[in-house]
Amino acid sequence: MQLYLELFFSFFKIGLFGFGGGYAMLPLIQHEVVGAHHQWLNMVDFTDIVAISQITPGPVAINMATYVGYTVSGNIWGSMLATLGVTLPPLLIMLIISRFYLKFRKNQYVEMAFSTLRPGILGLIAAAAISLVNSYNFIDKTSGLIFATVFVACLYRIHPMKLIIASGLAGLIIYR
Amino acid sequence: MRELWQIFLSFFRIGMFTLGGGYAMLPLIQCEVVEKRQWVDNREFIELLALAQTAPGPMAINAAVFVGYKHRGIAGSLAACLGMTLPSFLIILIIAMYLVGFRENHYVECFFKGVRPAVVALIAAPLYALGKAIKIRWWGVPLTALIAAAIAFAGISPAILVVAASLIGLFGGMLQKKRGEKPDATVS
Repeated sequence: MQLYLELFFSFFKIGLFGFGGGYAMLPLIQHEVVGAHHQWLNMVDFTDIVAISQITPGPVAINMATYVGYTVSGNIWGSMLATLGVTLPPLLIMLIISRFYLKFRKNQYVEMAFSTLRPGILGLIAAAAISLVNSYNFIDKTSGLIFATVFVACLYRIHPMKLIIASGLAGLIIYR
Repeated sequence: MRELWQIFLSFFRIGMFTLGGGYAMLPLIQCEVVEKRQWVDNREFIELLALAQTAPGPMAINAAVFVGYKHRGIAGSLAACLGMTLPSFLIILIIAMYLVGFRENHYVECFFKGVRPAVVALIAAPLYALGKAIKIRWWGVPLTALIAAAIAFAGISPAILVVAASLIGLFGGMLQKKRGEKPDATVS
């Protein structure tokens, strides 16, 4: 019972203080699951799960919670509690933020703030794309070709899911 | 009830294909939620990203909660959140239970060699359309470039820039108002 509570609260903490999402949360997660007071995982397992997260869908924090919950408790309940723990704080906080936003978005001061925030968010998206142009994602000329093809296909409004599957299949054929 | 099921399914689909971090989800959300279902428009989509950045936790969860809440209140946000979480939960559970060597599998590796550059293209391609949708003004373009460079090359935290960008808009707008000008913000 103690173990399940610890799992829940550790991941609750990660959900509550994990600002910046994704890989910005990794040091915090590492502190909770590899660090001094729990040692649920060793560093090799931790790195493995980060790697698995890169090739499985969904947020890395959720993946980590599900995996650690299962390996530590040996059953699905630990997995569920850890995942619930990491999901609950963002759910509650975002509910409050959404409520306020929908209420005050016509307010002129909120609109003023958003007038510069909107281009700013475009900058955030552009930064994400720029930082992903690295030797991990682009390994050879074929990668560039896939990038260009998908870019153009996306402008022609082909659904992203179809493009992801198609490029994966292309990878299977080309790199086989 | 059907609406809630619809929300759940849409986010289940998004959760299923969000490969490669939070931003990879953006084109999927845009396709599924903005264009197909029209639960939020392009402008709200940008604003929801701003809100999702300021709250803690995975951006995917925050975005799902916002869309679900806007469309169907608290029940809607729970349906969206569950839909978003379930695919990764199930897949990781299966891997933890049975597939220890999954990552080293040759075919899995080949598949992802193809997917990785595609994900980058999917994130970059909608930028122009989004800029048009938010009616970006002349000063918006250098601002966008500056913020992109600050994050990508100077390693400044996005959360700080989100706060800074909104403060600039707030004080700029108040200054214009004080001078008796019509604030930029109310023109569009």
